[in-house]
Amino acid sequence: MEKYTNHTSVAALMNRSNVDTDQIIAKQFLKKVERTGFGQHLFHDWRFNEDGTPNAEFELNNPKFDGAKVLVVGDNFGCGSSREHAPWAIEDYGFNTIISTSFADIFYNNCFKNGILPIVVDADTLKALMSEISANQGVEFSIDLDKQKVSTPGGISVSFDIDGFRKHNLANGLDDIGLTLAHTDRIDSFEAKHKETFPWLWVS
Amino acid sequence: MAKTMYEKIWDAHFVHQEEGQAPLMYVDRHLMHEVTSPQAFEGLKIANRPIRNNHSILATLDHCVPTKLADRLNLPDPIGAKQVQTMMDNCQEHGLILYDMKSKNNGIIHVVVPEHGFVHPGMTTVCGDSHTATHGAFGALAFGIGTSEVEHVMATQCLPQLKSKTMLVKVDGKLSKFSTAKDIALAVIGKIGTAGGNGYVIEYAGEAIEALSMQGRMTLCNMAIESGARAGLVAPDQKTIDFLEGKEFAPKGDYWDRAVTYWKSLPSDEGSKFDSVIEFRAEDIAPQVTWGTSPEQVVPVDQYVPAPGDFENEGKAIACKSALDYMGLEPGTKMTDIEVDFVFLGSCTNSRIEDFRAAAAVAKGTKVPSRVTAIAVPGSYLVKAQAEQEGLDKIFTDAGWEWREPGCSMCLAMNGDQLKPGERCASTSNRNFEGRQGKGGRTHLVSPAMAAATAGAGRFVDIRQLDNS
Repeated sequence: MEKYTNHTSVAALMNRSNVDTDQIIAKQFLKKVERTGFGQHLFHDWRFNEDGTPNAEFELNNPKFDGAKVLVVGDNFGCGSSREHAPWAIEDYGFNTIISTSFADIFYNNCFKNGILPIVVDADTLKALMSEISANQGVEFSIDLDKQKVSTPGGISVSFDIDGFRKHNLANGLDDIGLTLAHTDRIDSFEAKHKETFPWLWVS
Repeated sequence: MAKTMYEKIWDAHFVHQEEGQAPLMYVDRHLMHEVTSPQAFEGLKIANRPIRNNHSILATLDHCVPTKLADRLNLPDPIGAKQVQTMMDNCQEHGLILYDMKSKNNGIIHVVVPEHGFVHPGMTTVCGDSHTATHGAFGALAFGIGTSEVEHVMATQCLPQLKSKTMLVKVDGKLSKFSTAKDIALAVIGKIGTAGGNGYVIEYAGEAIEALSMQGRMTLCNMAIESGARAGLVAPDQKTIDFLEGKEFAPKGDYWDRAVTYWKSLPSDEGSKFDSVIEFRAEDIAPQVTWGTSPEQVVPVDQYVPAPGDFENEGKAIACKSALDYMGLEPGTKMTDIEVDFVFLGSCTNSRIEDFRAAAAVAKGTKVPSRVTAIAVPGSYLVKAQAEQEGLDKIFTDAGWEWREPGCSMCLAMNGDQLKPGERCASTSNRNFEGRQGKGGRTHLVSPAMAAATAGAGRFVDIRQLDNS
């Protein structure tokens, strides 16, 4: 996983709420056995016309948003299925930061496994960020993970919360399986005790 | 101190917390299907890590598998076929139990796991599938995870987990005979919204929940995720114990008695505190139908399609407008005036034997109009066999339904069963998202009995009006 570094990038606006993982990556693309190559299918049903040409109406097809790394979206982003194909598609398309008022639980977790920073802001802040993008399409937002801050040329400067462990892993591009395996002795002793208390769990 | 059931399960699985890191939670059971696991096996292979406890895993093939017999024998989609083969190869390589398509135990993961008693009260259970919440019906802490976490659990039998908040959804009173667990689930989501449960584990309790069968509790917990909750829980009781007794993976002999004693200690203590409490009266819960593209966009069947102006919240008003556009509905339309093209009875929410009995009781003697396609898709081969033994298949086929092989089918439409653009479907599944059942398809979520009534009439029906008893 790549390390997440502070950056200043184009912020794309998608003012839609309850965007579900079926929209982010449609089921017909879930059959691959690889982790890569999902970006081309991101938001497929919205992004493309029946004949496969780009839908000019769709927000992210706005050329002003080309190269955007920051995605600003409505409430409850990523609800629905647990498919990690959703963050794989978002990351592969080029985003590494998503800003909303709320994220669905599993999706939020999945982001951190894929170098994506989901930032939660309050409703007024989100509205202000969205207005700034609408008024100045192509505007670049600065994301500072160290200081936990989003700032904009329009003068918005807002802090965000992030769990310290997740921040550390994101900033260092760490594989958290390795971190857990470092506690194998603890897991072994827990398991031995667990087996003694609940022996039926191991009987099949 | 008085503890909730969630806190008891959490405490019993807490392994360790390193300073500055998330607590590690031990995982007892790991369920798998073909869609969310291949990349996890690949990750293990690349890192040269073994599976820590392959006995904790039970796998099935359900999402990609066709429900037409001829297609099952020769999978028409080469990419889906590769995914199925990859699952079979991975399970063989690692010695995992797999209910493949030829197994008499094959079916939807959340249907087959309870059939074999693989998940017990008090267990932590995960699966790369959001509807893992189903197993909360047994008083197990069960939730969906992403593929990276599937790999994490295979390698370590643990997950770094932040503790959730707790919500008590209390449903007292008695449900009318026309309302079901599905209607409770939809009514709760209608009230708290699809983000209302974010950050919470929900415990469902109260007289009406205690009165539900195990299958009803599975339906209810299955949809906890649609309210945004991490998991749903119902306290184990005598019904839970009776359901599990004698099942293949249930504790045996002395262990059975010890397990039952433990299970009885799990319910939330008197006086335990929840972070949030929401109360319902069961009598107020009428048969529900969704009208929009989110499970929270739901009304009782005798109501009308709302207008954007009916919502005070601006976001919900916008969502209403876009849902009406997508669904092709006018505000003020009576729900029972809406005609359907398709009826789907199935999915991990509603494909257990009781669901088929309830639907068959309504379908008996009806005739599906020729313009409507109705399919009944059992959740497993065991459900299918039981239904056939009871003659339910005959009731459905006589009424003009198609009787299919088990699988996820049209719940997520990645197996050949899907709607065409513009088609409208009454569905017993769990998500009415745009395109969920096929691009441009329009989904209305209902209970099995409502689905059967809708199939017979070709439009939504208030099943309370059908009562002649």
